Amino acid sequence: MSEVDHGRRRLLTAATAGMGAIGVGFVVTPFIESWLPSARAKAMGAPVVVDASKLEPGQLVKVIWRGQAVYVVHRTKAVVDILKNHDARLADPNSDNSQQPDYIKASGAVRARRPDYWIGLAVCTHLGCSPLAAFEPDNSFQVAGADLGAGWPGGFYCPCHGSKYDVSGRVFKSQPAPKNLTVPPYALTDSLQVTIGVDDASKAVS
Amino acid sequence: MAAIPESAHPDAGGLLGWIDRRFPLSKLWKSQVSEYYAPKNFNFWYYFGILATVVLANQLITGIFLTMQYKPSASEAFASVEYIMRDVQGGWLIRYMHSTGASAFFIVVYLHMFRALLYGSARKPRELLWIFGCLILLLLMAEAFMGYVLPWGNMSYWGAQVIVSLFSSLPYIGAGLVEWIRGDYYISDATLNRFFALHVAALPLALVFLVIAHLMALHEVGSNNPDGIEIHDHEDAKGHPLDGIPFHPYYTVKDLVGVAGFLLLFCGVIFFAPSFGGLFLESPNFDPANPLQTPPHIAPVWYFTPFYAMLRAVPSFAGTQVWGVIVMGASVVILFFLPWLDRSPVRSIRYRGPIYKIMLGIFVLSFIALGVCGLKPPAGIYPMIGKVCTVLYFAFFLLMPWYTKLDRTKPVPERVTGHA
Repeated sequence: MSEVDHGRRRLLTAATAGMGAIGVGFVVTPFIESWLPSARAKAMGAPVVVDASKLEPGQLVKVIWRGQAVYVVHRTKAVVDILKNHDARLADPNSDNSQQPDYIKASGAVRARRPDYWIGLAVCTHLGCSPLAAFEPDNSFQVAGADLGAGWPGGFYCPCHGSKYDVSGRVFKSQPAPKNLTVPPYALTDSLQVTIGVDDASKAVS
Repeated sequence: MAAIPESAHPDAGGLLGWIDRRFPLSKLWKSQVSEYYAPKNFNFWYYFGILATVVLANQLITGIFLTMQYKPSASEAFASVEYIMRDVQGGWLIRYMHSTGASAFFIVVYLHMFRALLYGSARKPRELLWIFGCLILLLLMAEAFMGYVLPWGNMSYWGAQVIVSLFSSLPYIGAGLVEWIRGDYYISDATLNRFFALHVAALPLALVFLVIAHLMALHEVGSNNPDGIEIHDHEDAKGHPLDGIPFHPYYTVKDLVGVAGFLLLFCGVIFFAPSFGGLFLESPNFDPANPLQTPPHIAPVWYFTPFYAMLRAVPSFAGTQVWGVIVMGASVVILFFLPWLDRSPVRSIRYRGPIYKIMLGIFVLSFIALGVCGLKPPAGIYPMIGKVCTVLYFAFFLLMPWYTKLDRTKPVPERVTGHA
């Protein structure tokens, strides 16, 4: 009987196990990938066109884009005019920490391509609930159970954890929500056709 | 429950002998049941282990039968649950057994864990036993959460939305991780389908595996008891503990009484109050899932509310709300460290001083208060109570190394007390 070379045996065992581990790494990939959005889910995330011309001032319409609710709001002149008066009470008045396209951030307090139409995700930045509309300034009765009180400039109120936003979706200080409501990329034509999901109307589906 | 005769032996004849020569049946029965010696001074608090096993069996059996009628698709799930409730013969009973069983599971597991806090059951050498138990709790939470999504009611939907969004607060990977969990840009059919797979196959398998590991660890180190002393310190000539009695027939018979009492209460809830005033089944869940309509007030099922209240107690700062998520995660993770946080020279509360008794009392009250806060809308006094109780919850664990050392103790008896 020849002597057993334990060093060689250990090396071969370790090399085989190492190769096996790399193989397992590759085999795991399709399982992890299978949890990503499928081709069908991606296709269904295409842009959505909304006709905003029928909205009266103070009305909003909720549309679905990528399964999320998006608000298209026709704001009254009254609430737009007082937008800049409460910057000191906001957590992120210039939207530095929030998500929106650059052209929305550049628009300042109105956070919109046109001051009288605001478009944004109806998804609270805290835990994804859908904030309720409370557009009338100083009306404490517009949202059940919450005292918005005097000095309320009009905006949104989240029923889940009480976060308050102004009518541009900017969150107030000391709220559960950390960021302003997200504004998706959108295009707006002169005839008030809103295309949600693209920056440029020419890319919109005709 | 036929006892295997003492004569059972590999040399014995008959069917049992035939089996024993091929599989350690008699050996297992003896070592794990008929000659597994448990302390003779078990009290009421020692019912909850067997009750958790009974509820697990109930969940597995009713779950398998629900799977035969339920459809895990966003367009059919809600209607299929209604079908089970209205059209399937006996379907309502099977579903109520399953939904009530979920709440019963948490009741008995919380009481089972409270027992460990009373008698120091997590202490050396039972640390791993305790850790297996904490892992079971963690899996149970995942199992219960995913199970709650399956009926695809509006509370199912928005509960899933809130919980899955928790991961989005993680820096860098958050947004991608959430998309990966959901398999879509929102909670959708893909999400429901994978939660179903995890709820009925992956997690129950892991749960059963962990329960077996929990029991193996228990039978390796032996049960603790209300006096918190080791019964194996005093053994008779045969090596059996003087203060121990065989699990079968003594504790099988005792446990039968406990199971009967439990089933009485369990059936009472199933037949007379299956939704338990909105605590076990929430009323918004009788509406189908609607991605565009958040229920006016989102509250998780009662067993998650203490943790949910801790999540809400922490405000966002530095532009992120990850802190609340960290606190909620830490509230569960900190349980794992209990065996090393407790520095008292004694295990059982019977021989501990007033400080531990007061701290444990405060801990239990703040856990209950957190549970109430988590059910209520975040207005009025509740956010303040939530914040205070979150601090108290963590104080119980984080200050434990000091106050358990400082605390007075009474002399521990040599042998278990309360029985001749």
